[in-house]
Amino acid sequence: MTTTTLAVLVPLLPFLGAAAGLLLGRTAPGFVRPLAVLPTLAAAVLAVVVAVRQDGGKAIDASTQLTPTGSVPIDLALHIDGFAALTAILVGVVASCVQIYSTGYLRDDPRYPSYAALVSLFTSAMLLVVYSGDLMVLLVGWEIMGICSYFLVGHYWETPEARAASLKAFLVTKLGDVPFLIGLFALAADAGTFRITGILGAVAADAVEHPTLIALLLLAGVAGKSAQFPLHTWLPDAMAGPTPVSALIHAATMVAAGIYFVARLLPLFAASAAAMTVLAVMAAVTMVGSGLAALAQDDIKRVLAYSTIGQLGYMSGALAVGDRGAAVFHLLSHGAFKALLFLAAGVIIHAAGTNSLAAMSRMSGLSKRVPDAYWTMTVALLALAAIPPFAGFFSKEAVLVAAEHTALGDSETAPVTAGWFVLVAALLTAVLTAAYAIRLWLLTFRGRGAEAPDHGRQPLSMTTVLWVLAVPSLAFGLTAGRLPRWFDGHALTPTLTTAVLGTGVALVGGLVTYGAWRHSTALAARLPLGAVAAHPDAEPAVSEAEAIATHTPAYGDIAAAHDPADPARLLLGPLHRHAAAGFHVDALYTVLFVRPVRAAAQLVRFLDREVVDTYVRGSGTGTRWLGTAVRRAQTGNVQTYLSALLAGSVVLAIAAVVLSNVNAGS
Amino acid sequence: MHLAYPAVLAVLLFSIGLYGVLARRNAILVLMSVELMLNAVNLNLVAFDVWLRDTLHAGQALTLFIIAIAAAEIGIGLAIVLMVYRNRGSSDVDRLRDTAETAHGPDAPGPHGGTSTDREEKAEATA
Amino acid sequence: MTFAAAATHGFLSPAGVEIAFLLVGVVTLGAAVITVTTRQLVHAALWLVVALGGLAVEYLLLTAEFIAWVQVLIYVGSVVVLLLFGLMLTKAPIGRSPDADSGNRWVALAVAAVAAASLVWVVVDAFRTTWIDLDGPAQGSTKVSGEILFRHWVLPFEALSVLLLAALIGAIVLSRRDGEEPGKVPASRTAPAARGGKDSSSGRADRSAREGNS
Repeated sequence: MTTTTLAVLVPLLPFLGAAAGLLLGRTAPGFVRPLAVLPTLAAAVLAVVVAVRQDGGKAIDASTQLTPTGSVPIDLALHIDGFAALTAILVGVVASCVQIYSTGYLRDDPRYPSYAALVSLFTSAMLLVVYSGDLMVLLVGWEIMGICSYFLVGHYWETPEARAASLKAFLVTKLGDVPFLIGLFALAADAGTFRITGILGAVAADAVEHPTLIALLLLAGVAGKSAQFPLHTWLPDAMAGPTPVSALIHAATMVAAGIYFVARLLPLFAASAAAMTVLAVMAAVTMVGSGLAALAQDDIKRVLAYSTIGQLGYMSGALAVGDRGAAVFHLLSHGAFKALLFLAAGVIIHAAGTNSLAAMSRMSGLSKRVPDAYWTMTVALLALAAIPPFAGFFSKEAVLVAAEHTALGDSETAPVTAGWFVLVAALLTAVLTAAYAIRLWLLTFRGRGAEAPDHGRQPLSMTTVLWVLAVPSLAFGLTAGRLPRWFDGHALTPTLTTAVLGTGVALVGGLVTYGAWRHSTALAARLPLGAVAAHPDAEPAVSEAEAIATHTPAYGDIAAAHDPADPARLLLGPLHRHAAAGFHVDALYTVLFVRPVRAAAQLVRFLDREVVDTYVRGSGTGTRWLGTAVRRAQTGNVQTYLSALLAGSVVLAIAAVVLSNVNAGS
Repeated sequence: MHLAYPAVLAVLLFSIGLYGVLARRNAILVLMSVELMLNAVNLNLVAFDVWLRDTLHAGQALTLFIIAIAAAEIGIGLAIVLMVYRNRGSSDVDRLRDTAETAHGPDAPGPHGGTSTDREEKAEATA
Repeated sequence: MTFAAAATHGFLSPAGVEIAFLLVGVVTLGAAVITVTTRQLVHAALWLVVALGGLAVEYLLLTAEFIAWVQVLIYVGSVVVLLLFGLMLTKAPIGRSPDADSGNRWVALAVAAVAAASLVWVVVDAFRTTWIDLDGPAQGSTKVSGEILFRHWVLPFEALSVLLLAALIGAIVLSRRDGEEPGKVPASRTAPAARGGKDSSSGRADRSAREGNS
């Protein structure tokens, strides 16, 4: 088979799997698991084959046109360069891991068939986004992901949190998608094509007339999809979905799509210094803010969610300084270790019966209960904190190097100010990242108090996946020397200055947190807290749904628990309250958007009920009155009828005579 | 002779018949009023025939036909009135109000309880 | 011919035949009015005889003698007799009946008055000056009528005979007493009102009895 055929099969196989899964889900439950896992796995293998054949060389371009579509043609086009090939591998691998993990995690779930089909569809849409060479086709995948995320985040729709979260995720990403769509049309109008190659050619020829406007419009969609400030608020709430879905959304699909999109069209963004600066500021604010917020969260998955936002900020930062190689490098390594973190967190939540860090810190021996999760999570957290030689270190160094280059004026694509923004924010975030990673690890695995409950061994399908993902988290950084051949050719290896600086601040953050934990952990014994509410022997998904549902009643808040033993309280001081609430962005949006919309809806409801309906009811009442009046005439007396008939004909006759006389006289 | 005399006489007779049809209760009196109206028409036809000196005498021929048809109409009409009277015990036109919508709905029986049964009997008789 | 004649004949100098026509017309109208207003039903039929007889005289004055005799023979002779029979068969009250007119009479009066006014206006307006010349050969003698009727109007005449036959049969069918047994006839004949007003259960019993007999 040609490489093109293989590449077409990559997104097609999960799609067919999803369709078959939906069709056979009820009639043949035995086929659901193979139909979920095998197409995704095959797609991952094919993505590897495509990557090997492409081998970082010239981009593979193929296109076919289904039907003429007016002035701007829409092609079913493939555009596979090094970025696409490697990202597709990441998507395939993570999606396969998630599918395998889900077979254990949701083993008794009655909605598993639809769940698995949606995950397959989600994967297929992301692969379409990755491989597509046409922006309209890319948009199709982009929107399918939005729909799938809505359904998957709302998987536990029995809980009000999940319902609210799925709606929020859908609406917030759609809020970004509207300007994104307008931007796409403006871009196509300027460039005359939806093909990526064509657009890049137009950018190179300076044929795009409004690069700043288009770039800013597109950035709105990217911010929504990739959860960048100010449209990041859906991502922490999306933790109300099942853990494998979180892993999928955070590591490989959805949020990666925005970064990947910018990386694909980076020359377009680079054509506008303003857009690059906006992107840099966006990235900086996102990074620092999410780091602080992550430090204050109590829900283990919300810590990871804010960490995802921060790491995506790193990638946006790398794009803002014009180095998409570093961005995609970080995307790949982050995808590996963040998927691992989430999947391990799912195991831990099941084992501990709660998703609250405060409760886990009062529980000893969790690491012995789930040794696989303990070890792999340690690896992933080290990677997240960018400790050498783990994967995160190398990719984050690449970002730092790129930012430093730009800040010192060595880059011709990005403004110097953007470089400084990104560099300073990235170093600050490195401190925060290390701090919340260490806090997460200490609170989860070094708790003191009652013994953790024993649920026996976790399913093999879940633990194996953890080790599979631990390998790239550990070793992916070693490919840093070989990757530039696939990307733009920028060196991705760490330089001494940034390596020392980055690792140094990370160590500082980690040590300070450790000190704070030593100081505050003494308080934990005195303050008993933490009702483990979840059903101990249920399947993991049920434990998680119960943990989500009981978090607010048990600890008072969805984000934070009133736990004075939390080292974050000591570190953040008065800032803790605000950080836990995500710096009140949600409250701000409530004031700015939600309340006006509600008020407008009330007004419309009033107008409809009181004004429009009055006319409708009035016409009905009038007709009824008229009918009553007419009914009185129906007496059944033939003489009355005949009188009316003859009177009418006399009137008509007189009218005819008078009219003819008048006409004759005139 | 002025044509206006017979014409006006016909008009007035016609109107008197009209009044009788609309105002009388007894069905036989209504039939009498109909006869008056028919005769008014006949007078018109004869007068115009004489005035026009029609070689075919269409007016007079038509008058003869109308008289014959009127006789037939009276025969049939009286038969119907008799039948109604037999079924209802009354030949008052304004009391035959089965088509009126009553408070109990269109299917409720009229003032005479046996109406539906009588109708069935009629249907049987004609069948 | 008529317009030239009309100029010489004014309304204020009526000819003898016109005076006769007017007098008979007034009598006819009066009889007609009494017919539709009287409270004695049998009197109405008798006044109808006067009105129809007056019309027969008018036909004679218009030289339509055959139609005049036919009018007397058929209307006065048979139709009115038929009507009187009808009145008797429906047990019309002899003497004044207070409810001879329905509640519709004022509406009827208005409609009739308006119709009369408008029609009179139209007719007078149209035929003010038209003159009928009655001096020529008689228009409606029996000989003439017979000739045209059987020369030009034979087909309608024959069709009319079929119609009369149909009416005859129809009248018989309608007034027949539903094929009742001879033994039952007197009972229902003596109490037609009770028969109309009887309840459904007895009607049903009646019918079942008849079915049993047949």
